[in-house]
Amino acid sequence: MILTRLAKLTNGWSPVLRIGLLVVGLVLALGLPWLIYPPVALDITAWALFAVALDLLLGYTGMLSFGHAAFWGSSAYATGLIAKQVGLPFYFAVLGGALVAAALALPIAMLCVRRSGIYFAMVTLAFAQMIYFIANQWRSVTGGENGLQGVPRRFFGIDLTDSFYFYYAALPLILLGLLVAWRVVHSPFGRVMVAIRENQARARALGYPVDRYKVQVFVLSAFLAGIAGGVYAVGHGFASLQEVYWTTSGKVVVMNILGGMGTLWGPVLGAGIIVLLEDYLATAGIDAVGLVTGVIFVVTVLLFRRGIWGTVRHLVRSRARDRNSDRAEAEEPESRPAPARQG
Amino acid sequence: MVALCRRSVAIPSLIAVMSATESSADTDPVLRTSGLSKEFSGFHAVSDVDLGVAPGTVHALVGPNGAGKTTLFNLLTGFLKPTSGTITIEGHDVTGMRPEQIAQRGVARSFQIASLFEELTLAEHVELALQGRDGTGYRFWRSDKRLRRYAAEAGDLLDQVGLGGMASTPAGSLAYGQKRALELALALALSPKLLLLDEPTAGMGVEDVARTIELIKRVRADRTIVLVEHNMKVVGDLADRVTVLQFGKVLAEGGYQEVRDNPDVITAYLGEAVA
Repeated sequence: MILTRLAKLTNGWSPVLRIGLLVVGLVLALGLPWLIYPPVALDITAWALFAVALDLLLGYTGMLSFGHAAFWGSSAYATGLIAKQVGLPFYFAVLGGALVAAALALPIAMLCVRRSGIYFAMVTLAFAQMIYFIANQWRSVTGGENGLQGVPRRFFGIDLTDSFYFYYAALPLILLGLLVAWRVVHSPFGRVMVAIRENQARARALGYPVDRYKVQVFVLSAFLAGIAGGVYAVGHGFASLQEVYWTTSGKVVVMNILGGMGTLWGPVLGAGIIVLLEDYLATAGIDAVGLVTGVIFVVTVLLFRRGIWGTVRHLVRSRARDRNSDRAEAEEPESRPAPARQG
Repeated sequence: MVALCRRSVAIPSLIAVMSATESSADTDPVLRTSGLSKEFSGFHAVSDVDLGVAPGTVHALVGPNGAGKTTLFNLLTGFLKPTSGTITIEGHDVTGMRPEQIAQRGVARSFQIASLFEELTLAEHVELALQGRDGTGYRFWRSDKRLRRYAAEAGDLLDQVGLGGMASTPAGSLAYGQKRALELALALALSPKLLLLDEPTAGMGVEDVARTIELIKRVRADRTIVLVEHNMKVVGDLADRVTVLQFGKVLAEGGYQEVRDNPDVITAYLGEAVA
């Protein structure tokens, strides 16, 4: 009912609705630390960018990376190290961390893109486990199991000890990352990404060097995941092994599937739900995060294959389409020649 | 030929020589394969095929099911790597090149089993092909609304293949014959020098077959076409030259009449019908 009215009001996914959503999203992003505990608000935004970064690969290009913790985590460490060594504002440390993640992604991508489907997922997982191993063993740099402690929040001499203020200092980086993702998805390049997802062989036959496109998307995705991981590390003041562990890779995939891959709002929504849920369960003293997210994951896959956002979008669009075709039929009462000549 | 004659007039003593070399000048083919073979774990899908396709001609590949026609197409377009033999396009060796590299050399193909982007609309399909032709897919920092500059060209191509007015329909909801028509539009959008069509009329009704034949006649003017086709009416209407394949080998080659009357060919087809 609400959906039908929405569709009527906006004629499907019209510019009005888009801009409305954008405004709601921005207001929510700006008001978040007033509504919830600021460190949790920061976690949501960092994970949201991480999830969107993965979605460029998973949802838009159709490549399931099961090792994206490698880029989030390596940037977390690199950002932490840079922030500790160099007295520049943390923006530079995050940017440096993201560049490290992208540099790491390039050779990995070139070795992975020839594989597809489950093999691609396995190879990315294998590389991520290698990064985990290195982070665990290279104690002098990463702190091993203790993690990299004492990452400072330097910011043009402004005191950001209070997480409330740090949130607002970090938000522009996150929003910039999301803007990049939005721009790329809605560009000629983004069209090619979707073409590769839908049918690789056909994209090749149209002259697109599919492997090269995949490497580019992979590196971009790692860079954005690196921005997110860097912000997360500075926000928490440390980088730990958890950041490069495979459960982190799994969590960001679950966020995408829950929210709806192949959309930009979906992963953001998925990140918000998972982070809030984990926070709620932790404060309630229920030690069953894995069980709860697991059940949610199974329910999503079984009932809403498109994820929450994907399902809503699909409903709004199909209502709008039905309404349009109803109207078209009403306007053309004389029946057109039957188009079904095909055998 | 005209150019040849003029040159030979300039040097009359060379007339004899020119006529002797005429055959080699004639067979300066757009597409040539020599000894082309593809083996799938012991099964010779294509074996030792020598093919020369002269510029500006329509060359049909016919043969019973399983004769290796589609495998040959996949070899020519880089989707399969040959076990042995070479492929040259306009004199360049393209053996072992990737499909996109061959496409960038002006070779477009349609697929026998329609191979489309199910979730994209017809207009988006053709725009992708036009963008692929222009090599502007790397533009990531501008709006895809710019692709509307292709709208007129895309609409025109869709009209030509009989899909006019369906620009915003998702390809997934097309009927079989319409998908084949879209295949054709995508191939044409690349404005290829060499057009490889794998059963362009399969699954089409009589009316659509007629329109497709007309379309191919219209677009053949400035390009070379290789055609896999079962419909002998289509072959007879279009083909300048016909190669008959059987068990992956060339059984016969020549003009349509010549090939049709070839006793080996008759046996191949009738033999299959009897069996």
